[in-house]
Amino acid sequence: MAPRAAARLETLGFGEVHEYKAGKLDWMAAGLPTEGTNSLHPRAGDAARKDVPVCSLTERLGDVRDRVKAAGWDAALVVDGDRVVLGLLRSKELAKDADMRIEQAMRPAPSTFRPYVSLHEMAHFMEEHNLESSPVTTSDGKLVGLLYRADAVRLGMPPK
Amino acid sequence: MGFVGSLIDRDQLQELVARGAQLVEVLPADEYREDHLPGATSIPLRQLNRETAATLDAQRAVIVYCWDMA
Repeated sequence: MAPRAAARLETLGFGEVHEYKAGKLDWMAAGLPTEGTNSLHPRAGDAARKDVPVCSLTERLGDVRDRVKAAGWDAALVVDGDRVVLGLLRSKELAKDADMRIEQAMRPAPSTFRPYVSLHEMAHFMEEHNLESSPVTTSDGKLVGLLYRADAVRLGMPPK
Repeated sequence: MGFVGSLIDRDQLQELVARGAQLVEVLPADEYREDHLPGATSIPLRQLNRETAATLDAQRAVIVYCWDMA
């Protein structure tokens, strides 16, 4: 659709026409703001906790656990140097043998959600699938934050 | 001949907009109403003609977009 619009504008005398090929989906998946009626409703990216602890594959689980607990968290994300999500550590994984490497202890390739998904939708999905938390990432896999079900329910399913 | 302008990514879009480029969403108007990029104008593809294009400044860069690359 956009290439045809660009071509048409050129025929109408516009000298500098560009096409944002990846489009609105790419913009929203990156967690960037939009305008419009949907922007009035909270989304996953708004409620995801951006300060969630992160660690790398090669760290020792005991060290990560100490750091996570000291920061008051019960979960951490495993990321690479570009903050691409590689794994998730929830309470169950954090309770494993302290001498394990993160790579062995983590829950690999967790399901992730895009920042533009409505919190209402996220709350329903997380309740239905009994997810206590879910990573929110951009379309290229980079960490936005960790969304807790309690936050999704509180903000996405207000009491009637 | 088809489109001869450039394909740009998100970073280039932001740079161009900061330099005064005009953003145009060519999806149907109801999709625009729900969500659009900040500052974008709605000109659905089927309504793009000499009259609707006249709402844009032909001397400034224009960036068009739809939902995705499909």
